[in-house]
Amino acid sequence: MASTAPQTTTALPTEWRDFFTLTKPRVMTLVIFTAICGVLAAPGSIHPVLGFTAILAIAMGAGGSAVLNQWWEADLDAGMKRTMNRPLPGGRMRREDARDFGLFLSAASIVLMGVAIGWLAAALLLAAIIYYAVIYTMWLKPRTPQNIVIGGGAGAFPPLIGWIAVTGEITAMPVLLFAIIFFWTPPHFWALALFVQSDYAKVGIPMLPVVAGEKATRHQILIYTLVLAPIAIAPWYIGGTGWIYGMTAVTLSALFVLLAVPVGTRTRAAEGDKMLPEKKLFKFSIYYLFALFAALVADRVAAYQGWLA
Amino acid sequence: MTPEEEKEFTRRRKSRNLVVAGTLLFFVILFYAITIARIGG
Repeated sequence: MASTAPQTTTALPTEWRDFFTLTKPRVMTLVIFTAICGVLAAPGSIHPVLGFTAILAIAMGAGGSAVLNQWWEADLDAGMKRTMNRPLPGGRMRREDARDFGLFLSAASIVLMGVAIGWLAAALLLAAIIYYAVIYTMWLKPRTPQNIVIGGGAGAFPPLIGWIAVTGEITAMPVLLFAIIFFWTPPHFWALALFVQSDYAKVGIPMLPVVAGEKATRHQILIYTLVLAPIAIAPWYIGGTGWIYGMTAVTLSALFVLLAVPVGTRTRAAEGDKMLPEKKLFKFSIYYLFALFAALVADRVAAYQGWLA
Repeated sequence: MTPEEEKEFTRRRKSRNLVVAGTLLFFVILFYAITIARIGG
């Protein structure tokens, strides 16, 4: 009788909540936050309904590519404790349903963006989805220990697309926003990877700390942080923002570097190392991105209202 | 299918249909609003 149980489960229609879970709602909150910042920080104005639609399309695209990611990685997810209870490895959904849902959500997001906002933003959304679902998930993630750097590129699209939904053209500022998240992701993720035991190695995903060792990972964290600092300050330096963003970027980036130096240079104690510098850096990196984008919006609002003139 | 399974089947189908209906309604309203916004702009 026990062997018939899974079949009975798959014969039932999937709960709608499992479809929702498949879109990675928690990742989506950060996507929505940075996309909103891109829309709000862009020069010019957009009708609130269209602004909302642009954010919705970006969120749907992110959801669609998250679904495709889990459709592709269902076997890997089944082998890792953190992910083995997701709808697909948990046996609560048919694979073809996940694939079709992901494709539909992605296609719908692109059409919505194209029809409501414009086809440049829609083309960028398509590029972001292909980048995450195909280039990252299917091609490079299982092949290179720099996979986090490449994955960070996918997370860097939302503010860029949000900005371009308003302006309709690609300029230095949205590209810099892209670059900020791109260079922020590796130190953020690798700091976490240093103090959290993961089982990526078990399923054959070459994460940097496992493949290149802890020392190399620490050096990479420091290098990316040193590259990130000038890029984060650049929007102010080129005159794209006012001093509110400038001061925030300079202060926070200096702090980021200060916290990354001990992480980048120290070696773990043989036993009982609490990994405090790494935990501190990881926590700070989250506040860093949040505050940087909030400052960007505050800067634009202040300039728009003429508070600084 | 046992009666319990049939009950669960109906419940899941119903809740899925309600979510689909709600989503469709939302997009009908959204597309109306987008049309008004774009004509107005």
